Formats: sequence, C-alpha cells, structure tokens
Amino acid sequence: MDSKVIYQRLNKVFQDVFDDDSIVVNPKTTADDIDDWDSLEHITLINAVEREFKMKFKMGEISSMKNVGEMAQIIAARAKA
Amino acid sequence: MTELTYPFDAEYIIKKRKSLKRTLLSDGSKRLKKKIAVFGGSTTNDIVVYLELFLLEQGIEPEFYQSEYAQYWQDAMFPSEELLQFRPDLVFIHTTNRNISTYPRMTDSKEQVQELLDAEYRKFEQMWQKIADTYHCPIIQNNFEMPFYRLMGNKDCSDYRGRSHFLTALNEKFYEYAEKAEGFYINDINFISASYGLKAWSDPSYWNMYKYAMCVDAIPEFSFNLSHIIKSVFGKNKKALALDLDNTLWGGVVGDDGVDGIQIGQETGVAQTYYEFQSYLKSLKDLGIILTVCSKNDHENAIAGLNHPEGALKPDDFIIIKANWENKDRNILETAAELNILPDSIVFVDDNPAERAIVSAQIPGVSAPVMDSVENYIVNLDRNGYFEVTNFSEDDLKRNEMYKANAERAAQQATFTDYHDYLLSLDMTAVIDDFIPVYLQRITQLTNKSNQFNVTTRRYTATEMEEVFESGDYIRLYGKLVDKFGDNGVVSVVIGHKDGDVLHMNLWIMSCRVLKRDMEFAMLDRLIERCREQGIQTIRGYYYPTAKNNMVRELYGKFGFDKISEDDAGNTVWQLEVASYEQRNHVIKVEGNSAIQSL
Repeated sequence: MDSKVIYQRLNKVFQDVFDDDSIVVNPKTTADDIDDWDSLEHITLINAVEREFKMKFKMGEISSMKNVGEMAQIIAARAKA
Repeated sequence: MTELTYPFDAEYIIKKRKSLKRTLLSDGSKRLKKKIAVFGGSTTNDIVVYLELFLLEQGIEPEFYQSEYAQYWQDAMFPSEELLQFRPDLVFIHTTNRNISTYPRMTDSKEQVQELLDAEYRKFEQMWQKIADTYHCPIIQNNFEMPFYRLMGNKDCSDYRGRSHFLTALNEKFYEYAEKAEGFYINDINFISASYGLKAWSDPSYWNMYKYAMCVDAIPEFSFNLSHIIKSVFGKNKKALALDLDNTLWGGVVGDDGVDGIQIGQETGVAQTYYEFQSYLKSLKDLGIILTVCSKNDHENAIAGLNHPEGALKPDDFIIIKANWENKDRNILETAAELNILPDSIVFVDDNPAERAIVSAQIPGVSAPVMDSVENYIVNLDRNGYFEVTNFSEDDLKRNEMYKANAERAAQQATFTDYHDYLLSLDMTAVIDDFIPVYLQRITQLTNKSNQFNVTTRRYTATEMEEVFESGDYIRLYGKLVDKFGDNGVVSVVIGHKDGDVLHMNLWIMSCRVLKRDMEFAMLDRLIERCREQGIQTIRGYYYPTAKNNMVRELYGKFGFDKISEDDAGNTVWQLEVASYEQRNHVIKVEGNSAIQSL
C-alpha cells in the first residue's frame, strides 16, 4: 500500500480517537507529540488502527513500536484493505 | 441517540467516544446526578468511559470513583479517606474469572475443592457486607464468565475439579446471596460473554498486555448491559410499549390482505416467528409492562387482526388501542396522557423507519428501536434493557389489571355529571398507616418511580428506607387504595421528620394512577391525626421544582398550608398549624394496618 495513503488514513484515525481535527502525523510522531496519547488511549488507538486497515498487530509489536513510522511500516506489510 | 441503541456499532462508539460525550452533554436535558464507585479486579478505565455514555443517554449523569488497578478488595475492606468522602450512591464490583485466587488442582479431593469454594465465596460475601454497612447503597457484582479453555474437555463442566464446574458453583452461591439481599444485583457477564462470543471476549492478549478482562471491542456491550441495572435502580425504566400492527405484530397488512391473509400462528416459518414475538410481548405484560396499540388502521380491522384465532395476543391484552389515521406521535402523546405516564417512558415498536423517525423527532426521550426484520424483533427489544427488572413486586404482577380497571373507571366517569357522586360510586377503601415490612419494597420502589406527584423528588435506596423504618424520629404513612374495580396497591407514601413539635415533610408522593380520587386528602387527614397523637403543633412542607413535578407546585396550598418563603429557583416552604385543620376526605373509607388481612 502507498505510504501516502496510509498516512492520510492514519490522520483520520488519530483525529477521531483524540477528537482533534488538527492532528497530522508523520513518521517521527510519538506519544509525546499528542496531548491525550497516554497508555490508556493507546489501547483505543491500536484498536482503531487495526480496524481501519483490517489487520492485527502482534503482541510484541504493540509494546515495541517507537513512533508512527514503525506503525506505518507494519501496516504497509500486513494491511489487507 | 440511535448510535447508543442496540444494535449499535461498537467500533463507531469506540472511535467517536469523545464527540458522542460532547453531544450528549450539550443536548440541554436535565439528568439525575449519581456517584458511582467502581472497584476493579482488572482495568476499568474504558468500562467507565462507555458506561458514562450509556448512562447519559438514559438520563443519568454519573461521577466516578475508580479503585487503583486491581485494588477492589482493599478498597472495599479498608476504604481510603477519598472514597469515604466520595460517598457513592452505588458500588460496582468488577471482578472476573481472572480474579479467582485459587482454582482446584487435579490432585485435590472433593472436600478440598469445597473448602476452596467456600473460601473464595466468603471473601466476596465479607466484602459485600462491609460495603453495605459503610455506604448503605446498592451494590452491583459481576458473576463469572466461563473460562476460555477446558482442561478436562467436556468433563470440565461436570467434574468437581473442572474450572467451569468451579465457576458455575461459585455463581450459584452468588445468586443465593442475591436472592435474599436487598439492593444487591448481579451483572450477568456469563450471559453477555456467551452472547458476544466467549473466544473473542476472552482474547488473552488484552489481559496480558493491558489487564483488561475482556477484549476492548466487547466493552461497549459490557457497559451497556451494566447501565441497564443502574438506570433501573434509579427509576429510569420504561413502562409501556406502543405497538404497530401490520408487519410488526403479524406479517402482511390486515386492511389489504384480510384477517385470513395475515401471517400469524403455526402455518409458516414467518407466521411462527411473529407468533413467537407476540408470545414474548405477552410475557412482558405478565412482568407488568403495559401494552398498547399505535397503528394506522381502521379500528375494526385492527380488532379483527388481534382476534386472529392463531395469535398469542388478544384485544384484551392491551390497555389502550389507538387504531386510526392520526399521526403516530399524537396518538402516543394521548396514550401517555390517558395512562398518566410520561411520554419518554414509552417504547415505540414499528417496522416502518419513517414512522420511527417522526416519532423520535417529535417526542423527546421516546425510544424507537430498529425493527428491521421479524427474526430480530425480540433481541432488539430485549438487549436494549428497557424493562430491566431490579425489583419485582406483587404490584408489578397486577399492574396491567390496575390500568385496565382505570380505563373502566374513566368510561364510567363519563356517565356521571357530579364528580363527587362519581367518587362515592367507586366504593373506595384505603388502608393508611405506618409502614409494615411486607410493603417496604413497594414503598421504596414508589419513591424511585414517582416523578410527577412528588414534591421533593427525594429518592431512597432499600437500605435508607429500612433506616427510616427503624427510626423513631419519623412519622411515616403508606396508603393503599381499593375500589370496586380492583386493588390499586400501595399508591402513596408520606414521610415527615420530627423536630420538637415541628414536623418537616421529607416526602409526599402519590402514584398518578389514583389522581383526582381525593387520596391525598385521606393521607393528610391521617397525617394530622398522627401529629396530634404525637404532640406535633406545626407541619412544614417543601416543594422543589423539577421538569416533571409541576402538578404539585400548589399541593400544600391546596392542603391549607400558608406559603412562608420562595426563592429564585421556585423552591417554596409552606406551614400549617395542626390545631386549625379540619378533615378533608369525605369519599374514601379509611382503615389501618389491622385491615390488611381482611382486604
């Protein structure tokens, strides 16, 4: 999948989950860059991303992803739609 | 809002939780504020997020206390200062099979397993009692869902060492407690997890990564189910169904197809499915839910359809039948007025989405669940928990009879020109006296259900009511009214708090089903009698306005009290000197508790 499309769709997911239409993510974005992104919201975010791209993260990946870039790489490799 | 009505899209709710909350909070509706303490054996944050959404939707604005992760037992047994000051109106204990301390081992004897079971149970029972003693509020406790694997295979459920067997036995003990304890309710996650799909529900990654006892997608459904118990305890249940006929209670259009052409009964699969739905509704009626018809039809066609020999419901099962060509929202408002209930306590059941949309838009608070295809009708009504049972009293069993008798009374009223003569013709007898244990549950229920004829809108939990009952500081009265058409049951409750020779009225409520029967005067007469016996000189009445209780704004004025103050919010205080009072009821014969056996 085209990485530009992935980021467009990720933006929408982030905007919904954090209820903030101004959010734009890039490969370097981390939890520190978004106010409400704490460990609890992380669960909601991961779920929403999985649904958007119809894929599942493996347990190990969820805790080891360091930024949105790593997330997008996994998505690119595994997303079904 | 439809987003929060079953069948809902859990993914959408999860994604839009923040904007949904914003929308609900800004809709301008007045909600009951309640404090809820959540004692968790696993993470509870998301549970609380969705619980809040569903409670807001059902008219309750919650404030939460959450115990620190997995500290449910410590919080319950050794409450922190913060918790004590929070003073919960309700405690929810969120434990699951992940919180069992010790499961049986394959090498255990039957006696050892029994000991494990008793020890596990005692831990819970001790906790419930401590909570009840500390907060005197309702308690909701999860039962246990089944484990996601079966070590012994199919035998796991029948062998005393099996985990399924162990959890089932523990659940049974919980139910025994629930059966005898007042204000204690089981949140049936055993059912909800099975209904959701136990394998998906128990996905171990959620426990191992986030310490959630269920998968995140299942949490909205979990919280929705829990919210039903809470809103029911706080008196927000629905009371009546307004049912469409064609393609709702039977297949086809009776006006076009004729009585012989509609689908109901045992002939075809479709006919059987409609029959099953009618049977479900008939059982709801036995639970005390009022059935009414709201259909665009000629009246005689509607009656003919309901008299179909293969149908489970008959015209007699409905308190009101509105079959005409008026707009449905108007018919529903009239139905509500005739039953003396609020329009928002009606559930509108219609297969036509356009009718549902109009009714929802015209009548705020009315529920109109999706009725897309007959095989979904039962589940769509059932899962919305409109009629969640938390107290089931004798009165619920009789409610339909009572409303029916009311309709007959109204018919008779039309033939009398003098209202006093009409009241006399009803041969009314009331029992008005101090509370007795057999009616405590009904009395408490009434304090939580009455919105209109209720001057203070003070709610009592079962425990609080027991405290009032056992205290010597109150004058308490309940009133039960019987007339020639039937027994109305306990319909009025009055509680006053004694302070020297002054009585402060905490509560004056009456069920709207006995409006305009002079029952309030009979209650007042008895109250004055009790005041005289106990040396009370002055009675002080209080009226606190709400969106619903305008009908009693001048109640104390009508009673002959003088208004002594009024503030900007419309709160009023009234006063009556007992010595000056003269009897006001002349139509009801009044007896005391000694008459209860003979009535």
